[in-house]
Amino acid sequence: MAEYSAFSLLKNALAGNKDWKPAWRKPDPKASYDVIVIGGGGHGLSTAYYLAKEHGITNVAVLEKGWLGSGNVGRNTTAVRSNYLLPQNTRFYEHSMKLWENLSHDLNYNVMFSQRGCLNLAHTPAQLDDYARRGNAMRHLGVDAELMNVEQIKRLVPALDVSGSARFPVLGGLMQPRAGTARHDAVAWGYARGADRRGVDIIENCEVIGFLRDGGRITGVSTTRGEIRAKKVALAVAGSTGHVMQLAGISHMPIESHVLQAFVSESLKPIVDTVLTFGMGHFYISQSDKGSLVYGGDLDGYNSYAQRGSLPIVDEVMSEMLALFPGLARVRMLRSWGGLCDMTMDGSPIIIAGPLPGMYLNCGWCYGGFKATPASGWCFAYTIAKDEPHEFNAPFTLDRFYRGLIIDDKGQGANPRLH
Amino acid sequence: MLITCPYCGPRDVIEFTYQGDGNRERPQPASQDLDAWNAYVYDRLNPAGDHNEIWQHSGGCRAHLRVVRNTITHEILSTAFARGGHKAEGRS
Repeated sequence: MAEYSAFSLLKNALAGNKDWKPAWRKPDPKASYDVIVIGGGGHGLSTAYYLAKEHGITNVAVLEKGWLGSGNVGRNTTAVRSNYLLPQNTRFYEHSMKLWENLSHDLNYNVMFSQRGCLNLAHTPAQLDDYARRGNAMRHLGVDAELMNVEQIKRLVPALDVSGSARFPVLGGLMQPRAGTARHDAVAWGYARGADRRGVDIIENCEVIGFLRDGGRITGVSTTRGEIRAKKVALAVAGSTGHVMQLAGISHMPIESHVLQAFVSESLKPIVDTVLTFGMGHFYISQSDKGSLVYGGDLDGYNSYAQRGSLPIVDEVMSEMLALFPGLARVRMLRSWGGLCDMTMDGSPIIIAGPLPGMYLNCGWCYGGFKATPASGWCFAYTIAKDEPHEFNAPFTLDRFYRGLIIDDKGQGANPRLH
Repeated sequence: MLITCPYCGPRDVIEFTYQGDGNRERPQPASQDLDAWNAYVYDRLNPAGDHNEIWQHSGGCRAHLRVVRNTITHEILSTAFARGGHKAEGRS
């Protein structure tokens, strides 16, 4: 029987809710494991979950330097979509979308996945043409996409300024109806519980401070809780990739760490029931089930490991919000925070066996890591278990930059802060 | 964040444009060393700590500056003109 069900809810309610088990144990680290996953965020936890579920590898430890889910899995703006142009990205993110669609059932944990759609607004005829092209590319690979005109957009989001006198008039948009949002904390907790119940040790407050080697091979890690050995050491440390790779003696990577801010307003009555993006800047907004507007914009734009941003971006994001929704001018912002983004040189991720023997690397999620969480863990687990990539992550190599095989969806070039 | 421009004094960060890692070395234009070009275009030091970087005072005197800034605290340790000392000669 599922651990969480209507029956277990009723039974525990009648028993005074005293019999619930913690969602994951707090084990001490063992001396060795088959696999160590560094990073207890969404990607690390889903990797451990799929290692256990799909490949039967359960002698696994997930090492988290802080508390579980304290990084980007709890800091993102929760959007889930697979509306990419290039086939390598489309296939990967559509695989992720299909895992999302069954995730609550698979984990027996309600991740509140809500397929409310994601609408990219177009403000110039050229942009609308570009969206039509991307929509066609998506449909070509079996992903849903619909071009919307202004009348349809007006009906969908009545609060939006679609007047011709708007600063950037809306000319149309590209909608992916199956896109949406999910409750990000529940994703971390659901994967953690699923991995824990299959025997994975989740070890919090355990920071990796060095790597153990036998010749050139990585054989384990030294941590703030002692040395731990493993046959395979897998990195899923997102914004800290550069720092952790330096501990392994690799000084340069095709990655810069940048800070991205996110914002939450006070609770409002329903005003926007889709994920909406602005096309004349960088701004995205959705509304949580509590009624708060959840929104964000561009990176602060300089290398940072600080997990907090500065005021110019706050000002810019608010300006973009008001360009779309003048009626929100007096809504108060409740909270803002920052997360670290591992920005690659082409805006696409890296999932590989290597670059050192015994090491596996999952990084470069830029600011699109949350929606990738299921497929990232699924593909990384496959790569760790079989020592070769799945076809979905085969294009996401580290050496693609040096072989002319970059996957640059935005066509931006090697300027990570602009992806 | 305030950056002290050697010409203009302390100015808000919005007056400046970030031009990234100042440690990269641009090969000579005629160089056919692919590894050197790849490293220049794609590889970054990306330290958690003091970072040697290039900024332009694009909203002021337009000078290119070499700035040493801590990426954990955002504290700026030094600013100087990039000319002369900038490893990546020419554009960066």
